[in-house]
Amino acid sequence: MADLDAIRQAIIKGKRNDIVGLVQAALDDGADPNALINDYMIEAMKEVGARFEAKKIFVPEMMIAARTMQTGLDVIKPLIEADGSTKEKLGTVVIGTVFGDLHDIGKNLVVLMLESSGFEVINIGENVPPDTFVEKARELGADVVGLSSLLTTGDPYVKATVEAFKQSDLADKVKVICGGAAVTKKFAMETCGADGHAADAVDAVKAIKSLMGLN
Amino acid sequence: MQTKISSPQQEVIIGDDQPVVIIGERINPTGRKKLAASLEKGDLSLVQEEALAQVKAGATVLDVNVGISGADEEALMVQALQAVGEVTEVPLCIDSANPKVLAAGLAAYPGKALVNSVNGEEAKLAEVLPLVARHQAAVVALTMDDSGIPADVDSRLAIADKILDRCAGAGIPAEDVIIDPLAMSVAADDQAGLAALTALQRIRQRFGVNQTIGASNVSYGLPDRRSVNCVFLAMAVMCGLTCPITDPTAWETRRTLLLTDLFTAKDEFAMNFITAYREQFPAED
Repeated sequence: MADLDAIRQAIIKGKRNDIVGLVQAALDDGADPNALINDYMIEAMKEVGARFEAKKIFVPEMMIAARTMQTGLDVIKPLIEADGSTKEKLGTVVIGTVFGDLHDIGKNLVVLMLESSGFEVINIGENVPPDTFVEKARELGADVVGLSSLLTTGDPYVKATVEAFKQSDLADKVKVICGGAAVTKKFAMETCGADGHAADAVDAVKAIKSLMGLN
Repeated sequence: MQTKISSPQQEVIIGDDQPVVIIGERINPTGRKKLAASLEKGDLSLVQEEALAQVKAGATVLDVNVGISGADEEALMVQALQAVGEVTEVPLCIDSANPKVLAAGLAAYPGKALVNSVNGEEAKLAEVLPLVARHQAAVVALTMDDSGIPADVDSRLAIADKILDRCAGAGIPAEDVIIDPLAMSVAADDQAGLAALTALQRIRQRFGVNQTIGASNVSYGLPDRRSVNCVFLAMAVMCGLTCPITDPTAWETRRTLLLTDLFTAKDEFAMNFITAYREQFPAED
């Protein structure tokens, strides 16, 4: 039997060169693809998130872990698709940086962590106008929309985007969560009326799960 | 090329043949709860403390940013510039992403200020350059535009070229433009450091203008951030950085910049370094 815990360890340690062989060996031994993802790979990313939160690991280590996870998933995906038993996603998150702001590092980290946690994530980029957020959320069937804003000049656009959702047909369907250096919890939730706030990429996963009642 | 900025009392010259000019970055509430909370109450005593501490630590220009969520940033900027001017004599750098705040600050500032910042975005150029020209100020120009921050060096050069061209058209001479070729976090992209250093080198070579860089970005997400920043700063000075926006109250940073001056023959008999060392570590006798 292949060493399944080695898959978990490879992701935690970000061993990109080992992961394909390990996953392939496990599959050759008859491991269930969905179980591999749920019981080992997502668990590994949870551990990575916890270590990042505890400041035991640094941003590059979190990124390389997420990349390792993606590399492993690429091996498994064709099997699941061929099998027709499409992997159940936790939910769909549409995420972007608000209008007037071109920063992407923090947002992209959130994307990586959400994907690694089992969400379908659609990154709609930077400098996104409020109406585009709403249109994309509708078109893609978002459960949650994430707004990123690094600059305080983004404040009016965070507010405008949250309001655009509240006034749209998606008001009761889509939860809006905000994060980024410029966005405090108070500003997001009290001033703008957002449904949630996240302090960093790990917190974003927790907050979105809690918004969707997944905890 | 020399960039001259001034307060009513002092003129500061930024240039390749000058010691590195430290633009103190600490008057900025982003990510600093205590400063943000005091600004929210309209209390500027902490701003003044930060101003004094940075000048004592060798800053010869102070960046002033008062961007907090939900505040009247225009009024706050005017008050902050005045408050800093009451306790220090160094020229100031008016820092806001909002052109209206820049306009209010420039109108109130009794000297030749540095404006932080413009970039290659069409809307920014259209709003900020006329302000800079009208007040005959100097301006920091970031090499990013409507399509974001380019990862490659060629695109950053092209944006610098475009901005300098537009500045000339608006009546702002190249010596009043300080290019910031943008150092991104090497934690997120391990190619980012080399890209920034190469951009500094090539911008110096091609345009000869002064350059700044927000050196604290490079270390985001890494351990031992201060050391990371210092090594980057020393390398960046060799590549064309003449006026970093940084925190001189961190001795490691100040030491790094004093030593780059010494190693580039801008500190006669090492007296600046020795004097700063004595201030930092007073002898007991």
